[in-house]
Amino acid sequence: MITRTRLAAGACALLAALTAGIAVPAGAAAGEPTGRDAPKVDLVLDVSGSMRARDIDGQSRMAAAKQAFNEVLDATPEEVELGIRTLGANYPGDDRRTGCKDTAQLYPVGPLDRTEAKTAVATLTPTGWTPIGPALLKAADDLDGGAGSKRIVLISDGEDTCAPLDPCEVAREIAAKGIGLTIDTLGLVPTAKLSRQLSCIAEATGGTYTSVEHQDELTDRVNELVDRAADPVVTPVPAEGADRCAGAPALKSGLYTDRVGFGQQRWYRVDVPPGKELRASVSVAADRAVNPGYGVLLRAVTVKGREIVRGEAAGTGRTDVISTGLRHPKAGSDEEDAPAEAVCLAVAHSFSAASGVRTTPGLPLELTVDVVDGPGEAADVAAFGLGRGWWLLGVLILTGFLAGLVWGWLSRWRVAVWRTN
Amino acid sequence: MRVVRAVSAALLTLGLAAAPAAADASPSPSQDGSSGPTRAGTSFRTATEIEPGQEATAGGSTGDYLYWSVPVDTGQRPTVRATVKLPDTHASQTWQVDVYDGLRRRQACRYGAQTRTAAADAASVELACALRTVRAWSEPWANDPLPGTYYIRLTATGVATSDLGLPVDTRVRVESVDVGGAAAVDGSLAEPLVPGIATRPEEDREDAAVLAGLEPEDGWTSGWWSDRWVWTALGGALAALAGIAGYALTRGAGRPARVPPGA
Repeated sequence: MITRTRLAAGACALLAALTAGIAVPAGAAAGEPTGRDAPKVDLVLDVSGSMRARDIDGQSRMAAAKQAFNEVLDATPEEVELGIRTLGANYPGDDRRTGCKDTAQLYPVGPLDRTEAKTAVATLTPTGWTPIGPALLKAADDLDGGAGSKRIVLISDGEDTCAPLDPCEVAREIAAKGIGLTIDTLGLVPTAKLSRQLSCIAEATGGTYTSVEHQDELTDRVNELVDRAADPVVTPVPAEGADRCAGAPALKSGLYTDRVGFGQQRWYRVDVPPGKELRASVSVAADRAVNPGYGVLLRAVTVKGREIVRGEAAGTGRTDVISTGLRHPKAGSDEEDAPAEAVCLAVAHSFSAASGVRTTPGLPLELTVDVVDGPGEAADVAAFGLGRGWWLLGVLILTGFLAGLVWGWLSRWRVAVWRTN
Repeated sequence: MRVVRAVSAALLTLGLAAAPAAADASPSPSQDGSSGPTRAGTSFRTATEIEPGQEATAGGSTGDYLYWSVPVDTGQRPTVRATVKLPDTHASQTWQVDVYDGLRRRQACRYGAQTRTAAADAASVELACALRTVRAWSEPWANDPLPGTYYIRLTATGVATSDLGLPVDTRVRVESVDVGGAAAVDGSLAEPLVPGIATRPEEDREDAAVLAGLEPEDGWTSGWWSDRWVWTALGGALAALAGIAGYALTRGAGRPARVPPGA
């Protein structure tokens, strides 16, 4: 009886310990701050005069955009900080200089008050010019600050009317600031020229371009882009590579971003302790029109200048990035505290800018560095030197059989000798 | 009599040995044909994670670069299949599927239409890329496929400006076949080629951003097991049996009959 009670008590205690064990880490995880800045999205809407055209499902472009915005505002995830900026909403006149400054913040980027935002959208009437470039610059300022992902969604129905400021170059400059901002563009019933301009803006920042002819397409796409901003994404850390191994910045495991000019090399340094493996991969993005035919070269070099291993890639045709990678396992050491080996990583690319395209700033570069435990080296081709297949079985059986025969003869001979003696 | 018994035992074990060889060709059990995510990433960093055997769908625009990532383990031979449903009216377009390994190195296709040009009236275009067998280890200077994350990039490489931004529906599926012990090589990586594995937070948090988080269904293989153990052990056992048979053949049955007992 006593034994049984004790057993029951023991079981209860065990159960309690188990549940506590499960419950404690779960509670701790829930209470912890996520340590992540809120993702920010700025919707930039063209409110120029051309938005009056009635060619989206029988209603005006403006009405379609308003309806889409209402639905998007309803579906915006809680954690997203959303803002709305307009371009060409206020100045109806003919003065180009004034018209090209016409961009205003309709709803500031921050925690979303749906009613307030909707009321603000309802007041819009198609009015003025299409200053895309200035609007993008201001939108980038709206999103400034914080380490979360940042996204501009530009909705326009006409190309920029404010030359010579090329919105495409504006987008590239914004991307070059290294604040990790993506611009997605949507063209309402676009002409070929608008398509080219908006896809140029999108490609300059690694964004997407969509042409919209129907209202539901517009709603779905904007919703998707806002949702996408809410996905947790690893934000790269800005690094500045040197032009030689000697002054190269030391990197640890992580994701880095930098710019690499045309015909330039960027150097970084990673310390690899004995018995560890260095893994590095690099992507160079084509953020502007480039000539077909390009490549990227990533080399791991010792401080003395000897190349250890390289990764290279080449390609032709339309592309967003070209990437390659390498592995360098550093052999283990018997010494107690053997020093880490300084490995220099050199990145070069062979993109060439198409004629008439500016070559500054350099192309965006993304570098992933991982220093992990070294691999178990192979001593044989096959796993553990084991064999496999019918030939192996045949050889083993034949050898065993022959050995048996010889053994049999030997023992027969031994018996014969024993008998003779 | 003893010889006959030994031979029949050997034949029986031979039959058993054929079993692992036959099992090799069957597809891996993770292929349940379930539907996967309905969105695609737009860069290596934001690639949508899918599992082998899952069918991922995504709406996109012509000109988008769509990315997925999939974990592939040692001994697998993956095939990537992609279908793009094109808009009703469009000019001739060239679509391409590229596969990259965890180090973002482009992987060659053994066969399959990796690039295809759709005629102006085509409703859809189908692409495929059959990769090489994933090995547990290779020399650092080689480009051999290693276990880890694989990236799939689907895009239109040749497209007229008027077609840019038109909506398309894409469908991607990775089927992988277990090659088994035939591909079991010596050596192994300490960690699979998963980007960002060195900086991954200790405890798994749902909302933590990682470059690639998905693992194969049963985790990454440790790499020590292969059916080579069965083959080799079986070979040893058969050799022993054959040895006994050979011995019995030449030694004769026990003592010679002429020897008087007690001699």
